[in-house]
Amino acid sequence: MSKSQANEQPKTTMEDEIPAIPAPRTASGIEIPAIVTADMVRAHDPGLPGEYPFTRGIFADGYRRRLWTFRQYSGFGSAEETNERYRFLLERGQTGLSVALDLPTQCGYDPVDAMARPEVGKVGVSLSNLAEAEILFRGIDLERISTSFTINGTAAIIYAMYLAVADKHGVAREKLTGTIQNDILKEYVARGTWIFPVRPSMRLIADTILFSNQQTPRFNPISIAGAHFRDAGVTAVEEMGYTLANGLAYVDELLKRGGDINQFAKRLSFFFYVHMDFFEEVCKFRAGRRLWARLLKERYGVQDVGALRFRFGVVCGGSSLTAAQPQNNIVRVGVETMAAVLGGAQSIFTCAYDEAFQIPTESSAELALRTQQLIAYESGIAKTVDPLGGSYYVEWLTERMEQEMLAVIKQIEEYGGAIKAIEDGYLQMRTAERARNRKQLSDTGEQVVVGVNYFRNIDEQDQAGEAFRLNPQSVKRVIEKYEELKARRDAAGVKHALARLEEAAASDNENLMPYLIDCCHAYATVGEMVSALKRQWGEFQEPIRL
Amino acid sequence: MTLRGKRLLIAKPGLDGHDVGAKVMALALRDAGAEVIYTGLRKSPDYIARVAMQEDVDAIGLSILSGSHMALVEETIKHLRELGIDDKPLFVGGTIPHEDRQALLRSGVRQVFTADMRVADVLATIERELGS
Repeated sequence: MSKSQANEQPKTTMEDEIPAIPAPRTASGIEIPAIVTADMVRAHDPGLPGEYPFTRGIFADGYRRRLWTFRQYSGFGSAEETNERYRFLLERGQTGLSVALDLPTQCGYDPVDAMARPEVGKVGVSLSNLAEAEILFRGIDLERISTSFTINGTAAIIYAMYLAVADKHGVAREKLTGTIQNDILKEYVARGTWIFPVRPSMRLIADTILFSNQQTPRFNPISIAGAHFRDAGVTAVEEMGYTLANGLAYVDELLKRGGDINQFAKRLSFFFYVHMDFFEEVCKFRAGRRLWARLLKERYGVQDVGALRFRFGVVCGGSSLTAAQPQNNIVRVGVETMAAVLGGAQSIFTCAYDEAFQIPTESSAELALRTQQLIAYESGIAKTVDPLGGSYYVEWLTERMEQEMLAVIKQIEEYGGAIKAIEDGYLQMRTAERARNRKQLSDTGEQVVVGVNYFRNIDEQDQAGEAFRLNPQSVKRVIEKYEELKARRDAAGVKHALARLEEAAASDNENLMPYLIDCCHAYATVGEMVSALKRQWGEFQEPIRL
Repeated sequence: MTLRGKRLLIAKPGLDGHDVGAKVMALALRDAGAEVIYTGLRKSPDYIARVAMQEDVDAIGLSILSGSHMALVEETIKHLRELGIDDKPLFVGGTIPHEDRQALLRSGVRQVFTADMRVADVLATIERELGS
């Protein structure tokens, strides 16, 4: 390239064009009127926060007494390294931990398994047994810090391991706070860490919820997640619709097991993505919160106010972030965080700007946390409860989205329910079609993505910044520790605990949690526990429908 | 529709559960006239190589977003070589950092595709590579 060329202004645009003004439709395709007037809003009064149906929030005082939880997802390599990152984040004002686990741990393979080897420590920390969990939580006060685990296929096992660590720390179980994601239904559609077939998986989830209600009443034993549907391609309306449909499937399973809905519904929590269409995201939360309360009250006769409260966490970023011009992501996450706060989220995870292409560095992880702190302490948007409440547009869009979400739920019910739709591969197929549609919109420039299809700098190098590199020694160390543990533990005790687990799994109605906790205390590994359950239950066979 | 008559294998090696890219490309390739075989999630490199041989495909696409692409691609190439079918074009899509792209190309991968590329461009590249 000649010098004069290098000095030219970088070329902008898809093909040197300025995009048209965005069409007046939300990202879900809802037509937006130029102006919304009072007569267009059916429910003139959205009610009060803290009162049914909770359009304006689940607490009367919003964030005035307690802000949302700042919960950054992190974990990589070995338990030692991740423990160090946790202490780093806690020292900087993070108020809850969120554990990222590696894929072998999530899919139930020990680190020495041939399927596991290339993935050990890659997308999260390797946590194959209690000895690793002891290291992970070293020096962390489990009574004070709440811990969230993004874990599904092996959620019951990781929950058991956490309880075993708490036992070792001498922390009473009833004091533990935190969350396990434990939402297997969406894994079959979007995230892919399923292990067992759908029905035994539902049983295991009911086991964890019923056990948790008794033993760890402040713990959230499930976080029913729409986030992964969304990142996989579906719209905001479908994200909420599918999630609530799954929520109802869990409710039905728990009722079948004799659970008391006024009790277990108090501990059901939810989890979503926030993408860039600001008002649609705000209204998605308002509408979903109201719809869930209505469904539980109208269909199941739930009376307890606590059981009607729709509590949810969010992640800001995900597939709305781009590898091109990564610093643009800082702004995206800022906008999305504001939508989450105005939508009334209970906990927020802000993605780091480099997360579209790598594990965040310390500096990008810190900036992501600072984004939340700026909005919490400087922007002032959390000073009054639901500041957007009563806006004609916001109330109109909330109503429209609620209607459309209900239509999505009814569509699944007409198909035969969430479980059937997933076993058949119907939801998977719908999601893939949506993904293709979303990609087409961005490929054609119909949906503008700044820095990607318009306003590109032709000369730029993607993925600037310092790269995070996993220490190869830490993977080696994970394997060594694993071999050492196997040599050191009481083999007879492990065998006995695993045999009892397998026997309980063969019965239809025994709660497996006590057996899993015993296995963890005996230092049985995740792979061993999963193998025992697979022998009884088999494995999920993925339906391929394209 | 210049991929008519071609048989393509789209595969997910390793434990990564992100299948959006794999499915979007499978749908797009099918619409472009190709016959597409999709393995589904969590397949070993050994299995993928065997399917490639049994199905006598014209090319193989691996989708990997877990960061394990270097090891998984190397393994897959090893198995393709063992079966004597390492001359089949191999494509890789996913979250691939810039510096790894070059290394993959050197190891025998024909093209590396990332999410920011247009589907039409990816299709055109595949068509060109397959000489159709």
